[in-house]
Amino acid sequence: MSATFLGMPPFPEAAKRAVEDSRTRHNLHKATHTIRAKRTRVVDELGDDWQRLRAEGERIKTHTLRHLDHYLERLEESVQRAGGTVHWASDAAEANAIITRLIRRTGETEVVKVKSMATQEIELNNALEAAGITAYETDLAELIVQLGEDLPSHILVPAIHLGRAQIREIFLQRMGEWGRPAPPDLTDDPHALAEASRVHLRELFLRSKVAVSGANFAVADSGTLLVLESEGNGRMCLTLPETLISVVGIEKIVPTWSDLEVFMQLLPRSSTGERMNPYTSTWTGVTPGDGPQDFHLVLLDNGRTDVLADTVGRQALRCIRCSACLNICPVYERVGGHAYGSVYPGPIGAILTPQLQGMASKVDEALPYASSLCGACYEVCPVAIDIPEVLVHLREKVAESKGHVSEKALMAGAEAVFGSATALDAVQRAAGLARGVVPRHLPGPAGKWTDTRDLPDVPARSFRQWWNEREDGR
Amino acid sequence: MRIALFITCVNDTLFPDTGRAVVRLLERLGHEVVFPTDQTCCGQMHYNTGYRRPAARLAVRFARTFENADAVVVPSASCAAMIRDNYPRLSRSGSRLARRMDSLAPRVYDLTEFLVDVLEVTDVGAYYPHKVVYHPTCHGLRFLGLGDRPYRLLRAVRGLELLELPEATECCGFGGTFSVKNGDVSSAMGFDKARHVVETGAEVLCAVDNSCLMHIGGTLSRQRSGLRTAHIAEILASTEKEYART
Repeated sequence: MSATFLGMPPFPEAAKRAVEDSRTRHNLHKATHTIRAKRTRVVDELGDDWQRLRAEGERIKTHTLRHLDHYLERLEESVQRAGGTVHWASDAAEANAIITRLIRRTGETEVVKVKSMATQEIELNNALEAAGITAYETDLAELIVQLGEDLPSHILVPAIHLGRAQIREIFLQRMGEWGRPAPPDLTDDPHALAEASRVHLRELFLRSKVAVSGANFAVADSGTLLVLESEGNGRMCLTLPETLISVVGIEKIVPTWSDLEVFMQLLPRSSTGERMNPYTSTWTGVTPGDGPQDFHLVLLDNGRTDVLADTVGRQALRCIRCSACLNICPVYERVGGHAYGSVYPGPIGAILTPQLQGMASKVDEALPYASSLCGACYEVCPVAIDIPEVLVHLREKVAESKGHVSEKALMAGAEAVFGSATALDAVQRAAGLARGVVPRHLPGPAGKWTDTRDLPDVPARSFRQWWNEREDGR
Repeated sequence: MRIALFITCVNDTLFPDTGRAVVRLLERLGHEVVFPTDQTCCGQMHYNTGYRRPAARLAVRFARTFENADAVVVPSASCAAMIRDNYPRLSRSGSRLARRMDSLAPRVYDLTEFLVDVLEVTDVGAYYPHKVVYHPTCHGLRFLGLGDRPYRLLRAVRGLELLELPEATECCGFGGTFSVKNGDVSSAMGFDKARHVVETGAEVLCAVDNSCLMHIGGTLSRQRSGLRTAHIAEILASTEKEYART
């Protein structure tokens, strides 16, 4: 069985372990800072036009989500008209069952995969494995993660937590189990590593009859799907096999082809820090004599309709999975993706995962607190998702749920003090008298502060005491 | 001008020197400062932790206390941002709070905004002969958009050498209850910020928010770094005369 996020500890505990992992900290710092700098360069060069593009991206997505029922039906009609078949999946289990059935019908037991967040979300590879079908990841980083029986830790760069020496080890030890082995004299030179994966994957591309993909965008009026990638491996999967199955979240729709003009600028600049995306593949149903002749689109809900019903939280569905929020996030930079316990890590994961799967578990209800609310994510988001606003909104839901007794008592106590200037003054006077006897290390949750930081000295007089004495003296 | 001071609960309780500095500074610039004593807390901790209703009640209290003020000066960017950005979210449209806030919010200023935009002054006549580094806090930078206002004020201070902070725009890791709920990540961020501050060779770290300074300062103090923190108001209030006295 492939690796799974099940059984991960809640964020604070997972993060504690992660911040102590010096190798991961080093890899993440280097990678996030490199990609941040690239993004800043290509965004800044657009000047004011960037904010106009951003506003337009937000507008198109918001409009589409508001009329999603209409555009979904339109997409279904367009895809069918172009020779594709459309399937509707309300949840992960239904999507996996549909895909398994479609693959079985071909008689094949192997599929090649284009990098896809939707298939990660539904844990398709595990479902296929249980059905006796082997799914080969062909995106270089996804391949590394799959061979290493690891988990993705970033939306765009799933192996961001690994350095090239670790990747070399994985290739040498595991590639042979999945196909053509890595050359025994493999070095950790990036070109050598890329060449080993190229040779390994080439066999799979030429052999496979079925491919599974996701899509970055689905155009309602033409039925066209798009995949943006950097390696060309996705294009191999999208063109060589006989059957193509694309799993697409229902929020991925844009109304018209011309809307792509905005997103083709927003996405590459936000994600890889490039002006233009290297490999953009588009396909519309089936074209006789060209590419897969059997095309299936699986439209995935899996909690999205519920998110749409939340007037504050629904903006998370605008996400185009660029990862700019991960790369800028000071929390993500220090803990990496695994601590978020989901295929969607970082700030967007902290608002998307609890909304898609609810907050019944300790892991999910800890996610909205995995942020200092610094606002850097909102600032870089190309579709202006106010992530801090949604985080606070989700925290409200947690605070309204059962449990959290000591925190609720603390907040009620604080409100009682702040509810009256007399009460606040009394507390301040008591604190002033107790100054000097405040221990350097506090018990309970406050110990989390004093473990690593000193407390400020409590002043003898509060400001209001000083003010009142000054007024009295006048 | 008659200026109402919203001191904020953190400054009132833990950093009264900042409040005294604001009063001294504004009076020196020829204005009258009033302190409505009914004031307590803006509700930021409750709001950010998910306790919406207590936050809304504290918002109502603030609006009632400052309703008739010509201008409200807040020596804390995060509290000013709480009032301007989040109070509208706490009030139903058309409600009494919403109506009060619509009229009040544009009159609520962070101290540096008030000095530069309203009083139109950048040289406040201050003297502070120290090497200083400025940390632009998240709320000052991204929520209020203070831009270069604090820098302009600091550059006009005589004797002050302003140093450049590497990775300045990154959060210090305080985040209110985040600092204990996710103490390990918060500390990791705080250590990196403290390291950048120390690297500048500064004597004094200043900011527009004492809660961030409490976090970075607590880290610097634990490390026995020898650096001290000061709210920007304390630097701007300092004059040659007062400096000689201390």
